[in-house]
Amino acid sequence: MPLLTQRIQDESDQYCLVASLDNVRNFSTILKAIHFQDHATCFVTKNGVKVTVENAKCVQANAFIKAGVFQEFLVREEPIIFRINLTVLLDCLSIFGSNPMPGTLTALRMCYQGYGHPLMLFLEEGGVVTVCKINTQEPKETLDFDFCNTNVTSKIILLSEGLREAFSELDMTSEILQITISPDTPYFRLSTFGNAGSSHLDYPKDCDLMEAFHCNQTQVNRYKISLLKPSTKALVLSCKVSIRTDDRGFLSLQYMIKNEDGHVNFVDYYCCPDEDIPQAES
Amino acid sequence: VSNMIAKLAKTCTLRISPDKLNFILCDRLASGGVSTWCELEQENFFSEFQMEGVSAENVIYLELTSENLSRALKTAQNARTLKIKLTNKHFPCLTVSVELQLSVSSSSRIVTHDIPVKIVARKLWKDLQEPSVPEADVSIYLPALKTMKSVVEKMRNISNNLVIEANLKGELNLKIETELVCVTTHFKDLGNPPLASDDAPRDRDPAAMAEVRVDIRKLLQFLSGQQVNPTKALCHIVAGRMVHLDLLHEDVSLQYFIPALSP
Repeated sequence: MPLLTQRIQDESDQYCLVASLDNVRNFSTILKAIHFQDHATCFVTKNGVKVTVENAKCVQANAFIKAGVFQEFLVREEPIIFRINLTVLLDCLSIFGSNPMPGTLTALRMCYQGYGHPLMLFLEEGGVVTVCKINTQEPKETLDFDFCNTNVTSKIILLSEGLREAFSELDMTSEILQITISPDTPYFRLSTFGNAGSSHLDYPKDCDLMEAFHCNQTQVNRYKISLLKPSTKALVLSCKVSIRTDDRGFLSLQYMIKNEDGHVNFVDYYCCPDEDIPQAES
Repeated sequence: VSNMIAKLAKTCTLRISPDKLNFILCDRLASGGVSTWCELEQENFFSEFQMEGVSAENVIYLELTSENLSRALKTAQNARTLKIKLTNKHFPCLTVSVELQLSVSSSSRIVTHDIPVKIVARKLWKDLQEPSVPEADVSIYLPALKTMKSVVEKMRNISNNLVIEANLKGELNLKIETELVCVTTHFKDLGNPPLASDDAPRDRDPAAMAEVRVDIRKLLQFLSGQQVNPTKALCHIVAGRMVHLDLLHEDVSLQYFIPALSP
């Protein structure tokens, strides 16, 4: 894409971020995985881009795109933080169609001058160039879930396909999803309590889908299904998922997503538990 | 063709004359003022053709529901022969009879559709004349309609109107601007058709853009109505007034007019 490079070259000094990518889908699919709210906060460091989306102060999704995914990644000051409309960003990234014809790739060049400036996107496919200027907004403070390894009480690594079906068939009439993790049977259980009755789904410890299982004490936590449902987007794309809970009942879902180039990226979901667990428990 | 028309509008007017069939869509200003003029050479479609119009010009104007016609012609896709007649069965009808060859037996069946039509009174004919095209500031060949469609579809998510601009150097831009974002897609090396009239040498700067702002839904409607890739697609821009899109398939020509929005 000589045209793109040429156009930017002389201006490249004034940007604090310049990133380019041969296949925009490597970037956009990961962002789609966390697209459940209109606005996102972007943190850019030399290591890569972290995009954070939050909802109702209860759930947070982070997508990490490593610098290695980009063919060119130049950061002049650290860290760069801005807020952006994710819906618009995704529309721009997929302007040449979300399902491109095989053999055609859309190249992307992304530039940002710094605080108060718009994020510039230059997209090129088959000689056609699209320039997008997306206005950025004042960054908002993001939640710190303070989820640290020492407080983790249980940890499960599953192949995503095992969870995919379960999530797609979740009884949405139930307000909550109850997750039971225990060192004995039922080991790992997903329960819903809906209009049509309750349902339980158990994963034995030694089934093929289970890659790792660590748990010392039985934990029963409830999460709002409406908060967890958006993570299905990431689940569909991922190959493995790690499920962790800490001593406060906070849930961390970490999805491993391989893109078309074979790079591995991670998407994290943090979710806080539903406060009121009814006492009468069966 | 009728499928394409059906996608564009609910009702259309069919103009029948000895050598041509025209589908005419003419929106009133209230609904945006888009108009379409689609022309089919009679000879290329029919092996036998008979008609008798009322006037000296020998034309008939019919108003019909385009979906009915497209549905009737759908059965005709694998038909051996197809007859279209204007009949009067209690009320005026366009009768489409389709002879279907059944694959198993050698017998054939005839399916008949009667499509109610309204004969357009002569005094209204003047509204349905072939639109006169004001001289365009810039004419340019359109890029692959598929690419253009996906770009315009995404732009539709963001904004309601779009600026089309083009110059005589083969460059076409599609632009939207909102408070949030400003997106421009640049197409280049599209080529400009040679000017039709040489008598008026225009001293237009080839790099200067002629631009027009249109309702993005109207443009998308046109783009999504296209089923086949046309052999030639042209875009004529009359700066600030209208866009005239001109498609040429083998036997069909389709003209689509989108009036400009005030900036």
